[in-house]
Order: sequence, then C-alpha cells, then structure tokens
Amino acid sequence: MNNDIYSKYLVKLPTMWCPGCGNGIVLQAIIRSIDEMDLDLDKVVFVSGIGCSSRAVNYLNFDCMHTNHGRAIAFATGIKMANPELKVIVLTGDGDCASIGGNHLIHACRRNIDLTIICMNNSNYGMTGGQYSPTTPIGSITKTSIYGSYEPPFDLCDLTKSAGASFVARAATYYPVQMKNIIKNAINHKGLSFVDCASDCPSLYGRLNRLSDAANMMSLWKDRLVTIKQAETMSSEQLQGKVIWGEFVNNNDREEYCDIYARNISKAKESING
Amino acid sequence: MGSYQIMTGNEACARAAIAAGMSFFAGYPITPATEIAELCSELLPQNNGVYMQMEDEIASIGAIIGASAAGKKVMTATSGPGFSLMQENLGWAHINEIPCVIVDVMRKGPSGGSATLPAQADIMQTKWGSHGDYRSLVVVPNSVEEIYTETIRAFNLAEKYRQPVILLYDAVLAHMSEKIYVRDLDEIEIINRSKPSCDKKDYNPFNYESSKVAPLASFGEGYKIHFSGLTHDETGFPVSNQNTTGLEVLIHHLFDKIDDNYDKDIKKYETFMVDDADVLVVSIGITSRSAKAAVAAARKQGIKAGLFRPITMWPFPHDDFSRINLKSKAIVTAEMNNGQLNQVVIEDIDRNQKLVMKNLYDGNQIRDIDILNSIIEANKYEQ
Ligand SMILES: Cc1ncc(C[n+]2csc(CCOP(=O)(O)OP(=O)(O)O)c2C)c(N)n1
Repeated sequence: MNNDIYSKYLVKLPTMWCPGCGNGIVLQAIIRSIDEMDLDLDKVVFVSGIGCSSRAVNYLNFDCMHTNHGRAIAFATGIKMANPELKVIVLTGDGDCASIGGNHLIHACRRNIDLTIICMNNSNYGMTGGQYSPTTPIGSITKTSIYGSYEPPFDLCDLTKSAGASFVARAATYYPVQMKNIIKNAINHKGLSFVDCASDCPSLYGRLNRLSDAANMMSLWKDRLVTIKQAETMSSEQLQGKVIWGEFVNNNDREEYCDIYARNISKAKESING
Repeated sequence: MGSYQIMTGNEACARAAIAAGMSFFAGYPITPATEIAELCSELLPQNNGVYMQMEDEIASIGAIIGASAAGKKVMTATSGPGFSLMQENLGWAHINEIPCVIVDVMRKGPSGGSATLPAQADIMQTKWGSHGDYRSLVVVPNSVEEIYTETIRAFNLAEKYRQPVILLYDAVLAHMSEKIYVRDLDEIEIINRSKPSCDKKDYNPFNYESSKVAPLASFGEGYKIHFSGLTHDETGFPVSNQNTTGLEVLIHHLFDKIDDNYDKDIKKYETFMVDDADVLVVSIGITSRSAKAAVAAARKQGIKAGLFRPITMWPFPHDDFSRINLKSKAIVTAEMNNGQLNQVVIEDIDRNQKLVMKNLYDGNQIRDIDILNSIIEANKYEQ
C-alpha cells in the first residue's frame, strides 16, 4: 500500500466517520482513480451537499465547495458553466441527491452537463441519526420507521438513466477495485455521469436492523450483488432482493450541455453580425 | 459621451449589469422580474456570457454562487416567492463571502399574493430573510435611471466587500419606461474583486481582521480553495464546536467589514428640504416620488416638510437620520405595506415626536395627495 496517495490527495486524517462506514472506501476509490488518471489536479473541483458522505470534501486537497443540503449539483452546474475546463465532481448521499436535491439531480441528467456525481448510498440519513431515506428498502427499521419502512424506494440508476444521464453505473464497497475503475470511467466520461455506490452504515442502519457488525454487513453483499451480465440470465424471482451492479449506460452519442451552449453562443453572434 | 435612452426598469437593470461586467446570469421566470431574465438570455450569449434557466430559484442562486467562485460576475433576479426560496443559499453566500447580486422585484404578497401588483413589503425580509447573524447590503432605487446606476453600484459593493448585494424595487419601477442618461462604459467606475498575489500555498480564502476583505482566488487557479457553509476559520475549514473564539470571530467579521466601511461608500441617501423641516417624511422607491411631490405641495401651503429617502436601505443610516431628525416634531412614513419603515425609524424617534404612518397594501401606489394629508395631520401635532 502506498501511503503517499493519502498525503498527496488528502489534507487530514482520520475522518469523522464511524468504524465500518463505507464512505472511507468510496473516498479511497475516488483518490485511487484520480491517481491513475492524467488529470491537471488544479482543474479538479469537488462539490458536496450536507450529510456524512458530503463531509468527504473536508478531507480533500483540491478546490472544494461544501454547500447546503441537496444543493451541490446546482452549485456545481454554475461552476462548470462558468469554466467548462474544470472537472467538477459532486460527492453526495442518497438523501442529499435523491430527496432534498432530487430536482437538481434529474435536471442535471436532462441537460447532460459534464459533471460526475458520486452518491454514497447507505440507505439512510446517517448524519441526522438514521432515519429512512428515498433508497431505504421496504421493511427496514429506521429511527422514523420503527414498525418497518413502508415507502417504495428509488433505484437511483433507473432514475438517472430515464432522466437522461449518459453514464450510469452502480459500484459497491464490497468490490473496491471495481469501484475505482467505474469511478475512473465516470470521471473520464464527457456528459453527466452518475455512480451509485452501494455502501453500509453499520452504526445506524446496521444496528437498528440487527445486522450484527460491519464485517457481517459487508459479507451480506456477497450474495446480494449480481453483475449486469449475471442478471440477464436470472428470472425476476431470482432477482428478488439482489442488487445489480456495473455500467448500465455509457453513451457518447448524447451531446454534452457545455457544447450545446457553445452553439447557442455561435447563433447569438450570428444574429448580431448577420 | 453618454446618451439618452428610453427603457423600462427591468431593462435598465439587465443592461447595467452587463455594463458592470456581469457575465453569468441564472434565473427562473417570475412576474414582475421576468424581463430581466429574458433580456439576459438575449444579450449575454452575444458576448460569450452565460444565461442559465435553472429548475428553480434555489438552483438559480446556487448556480450563480458556483459561477462567482469560478471567477465570474454574477446575478439572479426574482420576486418574493423566489426570493423566499433563495434564503438558505443566500446565507451560504454570506458565510463564504461570495460576491453576487440578487434582484428582488417586489410584488404584493404574502405567498403568491397578487403577481402583477406592486408592493414594498420585502424590506424586512431583505434584512433578516436567512437564518443566523449576517450583515445585509440592500440598495433601493426610485427611478429607471437610478436602477441603472444602483445596479452598477450593487456590483461594485458586492465585488469590493465580497458578499451578496440585494437590489430591491417594485413592480411599478420594473415595468414603467423613463428617459434615462446612460454613460459610456469608460465613464463608469467599475470595481472588480481583488485577486491574491501571495504564494499559492500560503493563500487563505478569508481574513478575519475586522474591516479587511481577503482577496478572492477562483477555482481552477491552483489555490486549492476550501469553502464550507459550516462555521470555518480563515483557511475555510470547519471550526470545532469547542473553539468558541473561532465560532465568534467569523460573525464579528461579517458585521465589521460592512460597519467599519459604512461611511466610505456604502451609506447613501437623498434628502429634500430637511434643513428646517418640522415634518420629516421617510419613504423609499416609487413611493418616495409621491412623497417628494407631497413635500413640495406642503411647502406651498407653508408647512415645513422634508423628505429623507434611503438609497442604501440596509444597513440603514441611523446616525445621519437621527441627526437630521433632531429638529423635527413629527415623522411620516409612507410605504406600500402594513408597516416596515416605521419600525426602522422608531428606533431614532424621541418620545416627544409624533409618528404618522401612511400605509397602503391594496395594490395601488400611494398618491401624493394622501401623503400630503398625512403631513398636514402630523403638522398639527404640538410638541
Ligand atoms: C435544509 C436542511 N434540512 C435538513 C437538514 C438535516 N440533515 C443533515 S444531513 C441530512 C441527511 C443526510 O442523509 P444523506 O444525504 O443520505 O447522507 P448521509 O449522512 O447518510 O451520508 C439531513 C436531513 C439540513 N442540514 N438542511
């Protein structure tokens, strides 16, 4: 293991996250993916909202913006449009991007603006103490669903795909190397890329649902995770309770928003010259 | 040489913003502010600028804050309902000292209210709208020409003091056309934010020495800037809850940088015949024009009336107002709401002075005759 990677990309350790939290694995996958790419580090900006996951920017040695709950994508859109040269990466949580920030998420996908959105999806509101979120599986015990949660959850990959994102993938903390590779593809992709990182919150979701400890929660993923390829051969009964991971969309045909806007500028200039 | 032009208030706002160097506008349509967005969508792309129609006002102010951090001069424009939605991100811009201009074209509220009717009921909201302690900077023009010049001043103040500045006017000024004098670009004073000259490694995005404002680097320049809505120190990183001094110093700074510089170029007001005034009328925006006519009419009747009109609404010039107010026996506040300016001046009124309130909130403008009647009533008061 090279420790240099930490001093190069992080400003401080340890993090504020609980033992066994998946956020550290995602953060590590992000900096490892960046380390393998040939990016100008001065041109990379991280933007986040509010939540345990969004706290990740407080450790990063980059231009960073830790914004309001749900609003990271809106701020990021302004940054990208002000300077399309910048690589803008949004770090967010399932509550942050799919609940309070859900409107910004779908509109960023619709525009296909060149942002990379990495959602640390721990199936609950971690920072406020473990209430149910828009991705909490039905029946889960959370601090606001002590009789079992009853709201149907979003599949964030289906959501972003239908909203128009041109790169959509799911990765899992259970497969950190593959997560790193997927994040790398997402950052390299031109257009809106969304990565749903299936993760764990052992301190809250795990404890409330009696899933023993972080190690046990991690081992549960082994049976739940199936690749897109495996899923193709499985029946809907077999897919019950499974989580499909891999790259669902990787489409370079959709025009990216900054490019679309550049055409608008050309038209405007023609209109005054012509 | 400048030129005379005829335009509406909203057009003056958009054109002045572009003259001030605005190159990024994000907004969401709303009566009576929509024409600002429409004109920006036409003019900005002609000069490589960005117009973005966002999904809502929360996103609009978010996008302009992001663009400002990336180095652009930015603006958004809205009315009460949208301005209410912007409050949380407005606070974020204050705590991170991000220059931006927000236009609130007031319509009658509360809630959806009456979209096409004017009002002046957002005066207090522009001061206290977002939660927590911060210092608002708000300018209130009263004519189309002043919308033009105050829009430019709003940008200058935002860039100089690194914070949001609100431009506040009502639906009448937004839509009425007036002949205005527009100066040539090289005759206009334009202030741009100061940029750091230190070593990149030594750069801090904040300086909490009382009246100082830290230079602002842009994203992408290699300074590794850290912004956070959490209470932070000069490095931009969060302050621990145990560090009470650290938690306090940021708040002090937000107030001191404005208060210590207030008399230099922030304070601004107009007075009319106040020197010997027995009755002092206080009014802003479109209503102040009726008030001025009422003061002139009162003088013709031999009543010593005068007008005090804030152009910088917040912070309110309490010291100057108190001094001017020393000689008067009564104050008349005239405003299109159910009482906001009166609450401001009451702080400066002596117990022996009378306060007469002229309020109207039926969607009409206040006529000069009605303000004149209030002046006559106030003048009857024996101290
Ligand atoms: C406007 C607003 N509403 C509510 C909150 C309280 N709050 C902070 S974090 C959070 C939920 C975070 O959940 P998620 O985005 O899933 O992130 P996690 O903490 O699980 O990583 C909430 C509701 C807030 N900070 N701001």
